[in-house]
Amino acid sequence: MLGSYLIVAVGFWVLILIVLPQLSMFDYSFRYNLPPAEIGTEKDVYTTSNYGHFFQGNEGNPDRLSVFGMETDIPFNQIGMSVFFKTIVAAVFVTLFDLLLCYPLAYYLGQSKGGGFVRSLVLLLIIPYWVNEILRAFAFRIIFGATGVINTSLVGLGILDAPFDFVREDIALYAGLGYAYILLMIFPIYNAIESLDHNQVEAARDLGSPWWRIHWRVVIPFAKPGIVSGCTMVFMLSAGALAAPQILGGPSSLWFTQIIYQWFNTGGNWPRGAAYAVVLLITCIIFVLAMMRIFKVKMGEIGK
Amino acid sequence: MSAGIGVDLDSIWIRFGEFVAVRDANVEIKGGEFFSFLGPSGCGKTTILRAVSGFLEPSEGQVRIGGKDMRGIGPNLRPTALIFQNLALFPLMKVWENISFSLEVKGASTAERRKRADELLEMIALNGQGEKLVHELSGGQRQRVAIARALCANPDVLLLDEPLSALDLKLRQHLRTELRAIQQQVGITFIYITHDQGEALTMSDHVAVMRAGVIDQIADGKTIYDDPSTAFVASFVGENNMIRGKVKSVNNGDVVVDTNRLGTLAGRLSPGAKEGLQAGDDAMMFIRPEAMHEAVDDRLAQNRIRATVIHEEFEGQAYNVFMEGDEGKEIKISLVNKGQARFFPKGETISLEYDPAQAVVLPAGEIASE
Repeated sequence: MLGSYLIVAVGFWVLILIVLPQLSMFDYSFRYNLPPAEIGTEKDVYTTSNYGHFFQGNEGNPDRLSVFGMETDIPFNQIGMSVFFKTIVAAVFVTLFDLLLCYPLAYYLGQSKGGGFVRSLVLLLIIPYWVNEILRAFAFRIIFGATGVINTSLVGLGILDAPFDFVREDIALYAGLGYAYILLMIFPIYNAIESLDHNQVEAARDLGSPWWRIHWRVVIPFAKPGIVSGCTMVFMLSAGALAAPQILGGPSSLWFTQIIYQWFNTGGNWPRGAAYAVVLLITCIIFVLAMMRIFKVKMGEIGK
Repeated sequence: MSAGIGVDLDSIWIRFGEFVAVRDANVEIKGGEFFSFLGPSGCGKTTILRAVSGFLEPSEGQVRIGGKDMRGIGPNLRPTALIFQNLALFPLMKVWENISFSLEVKGASTAERRKRADELLEMIALNGQGEKLVHELSGGQRQRVAIARALCANPDVLLLDEPLSALDLKLRQHLRTELRAIQQQVGITFIYITHDQGEALTMSDHVAVMRAGVIDQIADGKTIYDDPSTAFVASFVGENNMIRGKVKSVNNGDVVVDTNRLGTLAGRLSPGAKEGLQAGDDAMMFIRPEAMHEAVDDRLAQNRIRATVIHEEFEGQAYNVFMEGDEGKEIKISLVNKGQARFFPKGETISLEYDPAQAVVLPAGEIASE
């Protein structure tokens, strides 16, 4: 009874709410951007021009692809592509930053025996997430602003002569993104480390191991599924983030999602936006699968 | 055997807040000896082991290994290796990697580690099992891998925290012999923690019996069993019939006790007793089940007890007979099975006799709870 309910519920969720919308987006990405009257007419045919646009830019684009410094005469979407790669690299950076920040914390939470204290720490981590994402992003803007608490104290302490523009330098953006997904990194690692028998840590120490080798040989291999699971979520979500880049990004910086958003919204070109989104999605999936292959983690382990 | 590295505990106190886990422990463990700490759970024996291995520092007193004060020296730098109660083998490493982990830490080459692991695998009779993962081994095999892993670190002192407790009886008895043999072979000091008196008595050169943070007696197994120092030791180590009473007379170690429910009985003050006895003192007399047998006649004497058979239990190597004295005091006796028929019918009253030299009298004190 419960079993069949679960199958129906999960099936509905996966099929109706995930697969079908994504498939229709995928379908959109291969169509021309036609006025409503022409949809369904003989003009409404499949095309790869939207993907072509991602690589080559608008017609008459003066930029050319260069391979190892050799300029070819293939047009190249310089701006779109550089934003795309910058987004991927920045998402990797945010992921690594969160990992470095969260691993020690998750280790401490997972291995310490002090129940009540740890529980209140976890609660303190969760409560800020009751505040909505946009509000948190604006709060970061205030903190990192010219008259924000950070600049005021740095100037007040005499460390800086003039306020530093954290927003222009994208520091506010990276901090905001890193902060936004911290819990998604901590909890999977915490879960994994919590089930690690502390005697193993002590055994390694007793056998002469310095602390870093204990982590390298005993704790990290054990926590690997949790680490990969956390990294995957943080990477996917920061590569696909929109609110934080909109609010915290510097005037000159653009996140790839913002370009997608522009095509959908201000550009009014849904097929092109869909194509861009598909490119981002597929790239992220390939990247994550490649990382899982490199670190020898199986898909099944992540679900643990 | 070479004189190995000894361990001295010098006036050790260990406190956790208000709670005193170990109270003024003074132990001298000679190099190359098999030394056991025996006591019920929560008596502080594991705490002492952790203080020797370096996972905690005593609140007061000194731990010396090979005469050297160990204060401030972490577990990774002490010449000790610990075998954990649950073994704590690394599940994601192969057996040979587990064994040679201490060499990996020292930066040894793979070939060297492999060679040493193979040597140790041969010693523990697990040749060719190095490539397996830990979970592919049986309980007894894992046990031996844990020993090999600890020995690979070339410790001067091997610390064992109830490593056999999770195994079944047959395997446990087998590994006892094996552990003792390994200890003789490598000649290093073994410190063994257990709540199982059988393990402690069979393997150890010396045993320290602990109760609630206090060491009651340190002696060889036979002395612990025959000449206990306190009522606790007498009641904890092995089985005993405990008989309460008041001392009637003391004459050069021979003690006569007016027991509460079994009349006047003769015994002797344990040579190991911490305190002496005087007439009128509260005393406890301990008579082992195997120290009593059926008397040849019904004559009454100060080494005889009349009791009625309640039931009889056949244990294989012995019969255990549960009886009741005239005033309801329970008595258990144990008779070696020499092929005789069961001859204690229920309800029959029998006169039991014992040698007063085997009836140990001690000042009344705390006894081990069942």
